[in-house]
Amino acid sequence: MHELSIAMSIVEMAEEESARHGGAKVQVVHLRLGRLSGVVKEALLSSYEMACESTPLEGSQLLIEEIPVEVFCPKCETTRLVTSIQWFACPECGTPTADVVHGKELEVFALEIAE
Amino acid sequence: MSAEPRLVEVRKNVLKQNDVIARGLRERFREAGVLAVSLVSSPGSGKTAFLEKTLTALHSRYKVAALVGDLATENDAARLARSQAPVKQIITGTVCHLEAAMVQNALADWDLGKLDFLFIENVGNLVCPSSYDLGEDLRFMLLSVTEGEDKPLKYPTIFNSADVAIITKLDLASAVEFDEAAARRNIQAVRPGMEILKLSAKTGEGMEEYLEFLERKRTRARDAAVAHK
Repeated sequence: MHELSIAMSIVEMAEEESARHGGAKVQVVHLRLGRLSGVVKEALLSSYEMACESTPLEGSQLLIEEIPVEVFCPKCETTRLVTSIQWFACPECGTPTADVVHGKELEVFALEIAE
Repeated sequence: MSAEPRLVEVRKNVLKQNDVIARGLRERFREAGVLAVSLVSSPGSGKTAFLEKTLTALHSRYKVAALVGDLATENDAARLARSQAPVKQIITGTVCHLEAAMVQNALADWDLGKLDFLFIENVGNLVCPSSYDLGEDLRFMLLSVTEGEDKPLKYPTIFNSADVAIITKLDLASAVEFDEAAARRNIQAVRPGMEILKLSAKTGEGMEEYLEFLERKRTRARDAAVAHK
C-alpha cells in the first residue's frame, strides 16, 4: 500500500502549482493513471482525502482518468490496446510484444483552480 | 459570486523526483562500470538465501556489495554479512518498497568505482516496488516453485517491470508438483521475451549458469563504461 505516499506527492505537486498561480484555490486535480502504474485507483482516491487534510487542498477533488495499456506491435507496425494485462500481445495478429507505449502513466495532468 | 474555475495544464509525473534520482544513480553505475541488480519478489521466496549464495560465489573473484531493504529488522544484513561482502541494511519503517532516494542515501559514502556488482534487495512485496525505478541495470523477479505457476498472472505489473525471471527453490519442484512449462508460459504472457533462469540456492543446481549469466551482463556493463570514457 504505497498509495498514501503517492497521494501526498500529488497534493504537494498541486500546492506548488497553485502557488505559481498566486495561491489560487485548487478545486479539482486531474490525474492520468495507467493500468500498469502499480497504483490502485480506489486506494488512491481514499488516500487522497487523507492527504488533503489540513492542507490548502482540503475539500478538493481528485479526478482519475484511467489509461489502458497500449503496446507497439512489431508485425502490424502500429500501436494496439491489449485486451488483458495478463496477455501482452497484439489483439489483431497475436504477436507477443513487451513494447509498452502507454499504461505506465502516473501524471498530474491539469488543475482546476478558482479565479 | 465565484467565477468559473480555470483549467491549468500541469503534465507532471508524480514520481518525477524519484525518476530524476534514479536516472542519476543509473549514470553513476554506468560511469563506475558496476552492474547494479535489484531483486523483487514476494516475502519468503528465497531472496536472501539466493543473495547470500550469489555474494559468496562472486566474492572470491569480484568486488561485490549489497543493499537490503526490510521493513523493520536487520536480520537479512546479518545473514548476508556471512558472505564477507559489504552489506548495508535499509530499514524502510512503514514504507513497503525501496525508493531511489533511499538507495542514493545508502550509497552516499561508497566508492562505486571499486565495485563490480551491486545488488539491491527490495522489500518482499509484489505490488508497490513496481512503481519505483531504483536506477538498476537489471531487475530480477524471483518466483519460487512453492508460490505456484500463476503468480505472473496475478501480479502482471511487477513481472512486466522486471528484466529477468529467476525460478528459485528448484529442489522443491517435484514435491510441490511445480509445472515449469505453465510458469514459463505465464511469465512470457505478461512479459514477452523475458529471460528466465532456474536454480536452487540450497543444492546449487543452476547456480553455475546463473553466475555465467551475471558475468556476461557485468562484462557488457563494463564495456559500456569504457566506451563512455
